[in-house]
Amino acid sequence: MKTLSDTWFMVVRQARNLRREPIWLVLLLGQPMVWLLLYGQLFKNVTKLGGFGTASYITFLAPAIVVMNAFFGATWSGMSMIYDLDHKIVERFLATPASRFAIVLSQIVRSALTAAIQAVIILLVSLALGVRVHTGAAGWVVIILAAILVNSSFAGVSQAIALLTRREATMIAVANFIGLPLLFLSTTMIARPQMPGWMQEVAKFNPVDWGVRAAREVVLPGTSWGHVGMYLLLLFLLSALTAAWATYTFRAYQRSL
Amino acid sequence: MDAIAVQDLRKRYGDVQALDGVSFAVREGEVFGLLGPNGAGKSTTVRTLVTLTTPDSGSASVAGHDVLRERLAVRRALGYVPQDSGVDQLGTGRENLLLQGHVEGMSGRDLRARVDELLELVGLAAAADRVVRGYSGGMRRRLDIALGLVHRPRVLFLDEPTTGLDPEARVAMWAEVSRLAQAESLTILLTTHYLEEADQLADRLAIVSQGKVVVEGTPAELKAGLKGDAVTVELENGAVDEAQRVLASVGATPDQVLEGRTIVSRVENGGRALPGIISALESAGIAVASVSLSRPSLDDVYLHFTGRDFTSEDRAA
Repeated sequence: MKTLSDTWFMVVRQARNLRREPIWLVLLLGQPMVWLLLYGQLFKNVTKLGGFGTASYITFLAPAIVVMNAFFGATWSGMSMIYDLDHKIVERFLATPASRFAIVLSQIVRSALTAAIQAVIILLVSLALGVRVHTGAAGWVVIILAAILVNSSFAGVSQAIALLTRREATMIAVANFIGLPLLFLSTTMIARPQMPGWMQEVAKFNPVDWGVRAAREVVLPGTSWGHVGMYLLLLFLLSALTAAWATYTFRAYQRSL
Repeated sequence: MDAIAVQDLRKRYGDVQALDGVSFAVREGEVFGLLGPNGAGKSTTVRTLVTLTTPDSGSASVAGHDVLRERLAVRRALGYVPQDSGVDQLGTGRENLLLQGHVEGMSGRDLRARVDELLELVGLAAAADRVVRGYSGGMRRRLDIALGLVHRPRVLFLDEPTTGLDPEARVAMWAEVSRLAQAESLTILLTTHYLEEADQLADRLAIVSQGKVVVEGTPAELKAGLKGDAVTVELENGAVDEAQRVLASVGATPDQVLEGRTIVSRVENGGRALPGIISALESAGIAVASVSLSRPSLDDVYLHFTGRDFTSEDRAA
């Protein structure tokens, strides 16, 4: 109970700070818009290769961009933990009965919440560009859920790295190191049949791809709800696992004090 | 019962023995000062007492609860005002206080009323809904203290409450702390490297040096323990041994020698002894650069018990 209420109040604090500087939300959306508007246009004839399940590349791309954006956002989420560590905000909480788990969890929840808001905005822009979600409202929920789960899976990792290294420079290096490889080893930009065989195999184990597949499944016709459920479940389990890891590293941080 | 009891705390960080057997006790309702230069182990002691740091050995209790075995009870009983504030600069003063109250387990009308009361108490009512980033140093420090008091703790830890404040704000803060100690009937443990601050605020104090408490008592007791005034003689050259002999012959007991050329001696009545001291040194042919006389201060107490000059040691740290 205390963990939940502490998490809530700590998320409210972070959300409020974000609302006070809404410019961040906009700046962070710049990149996905470039992908959607420029990249989507540049490669619009790529669907002629076949295997995309739609002739409209932007329809193929839009749900994946939502997930990609959630993924990139997550890789940076540890920066906020480092800020709180550097500014001794974490120490202030540690001298109170505040739940230790809530300190870590609130960071992940804030990160996932940001991803959800951005998902809605990207979807609205996509809608204006003519993208239609085949399964309607239920599809929107799935896409947003996929964004939340991909984000929290990697936010857990990012928090753990932040707590282990406690240095912004290292965070940036790690984010860059895992960002593009995981993006290219997924079906974010290309249909699976067009990928080299070994990449198709690797992509099966890529959580970013799980999110992309779940989100795309509900946008294109021929939705398999079984697959959607499986990918979301996998992502949920991964989120729990990385959150547990982040909590474990938090104990290590406490011991270092 | 003692509000804070500390027994033989030891803590090592790598090659540094931060705490080397710290022991002291703070009675309920008193303002207790831990005085020492930077790096003496004051902050580590406080961080151990507020459960942030786990000691290698030793034991301690706060408000009757063991800091190692009853951490939650200790955290509930104490308020902590850290050296580095830990305030959320993007939030307002009121938002910071409300969040602190929430994680302390308060809520609703009780919390809101308490926050209003504290904002009034520390003189931040008018600035309550402004973002902290725009606060002055003194305002931030007052908010820090209010944050430590939200849940009506019985014991308050103030780690270097006036470091970084200008002299004017420092004096205002002293008045503030004294007033709060009264108004909230608190036991306060404060650390400081300002002798004047310890003298002003503390009912009793302990001098900490190199991870140990070297002496403990009221400021008056400590000063009285020195017996008499300090006569400081600075020599032109290094004839220290001869000068010490001369000083002793006229009843000025040499206490400490600083930097090989300055001798601090104790005399019963400095004003009466001074002319004799000067003429004795003169007739012995010892060149004197300066002679000064001072009433016993905590500076002298520190010098006497640690054999080191407080000001220069603090600067070096």
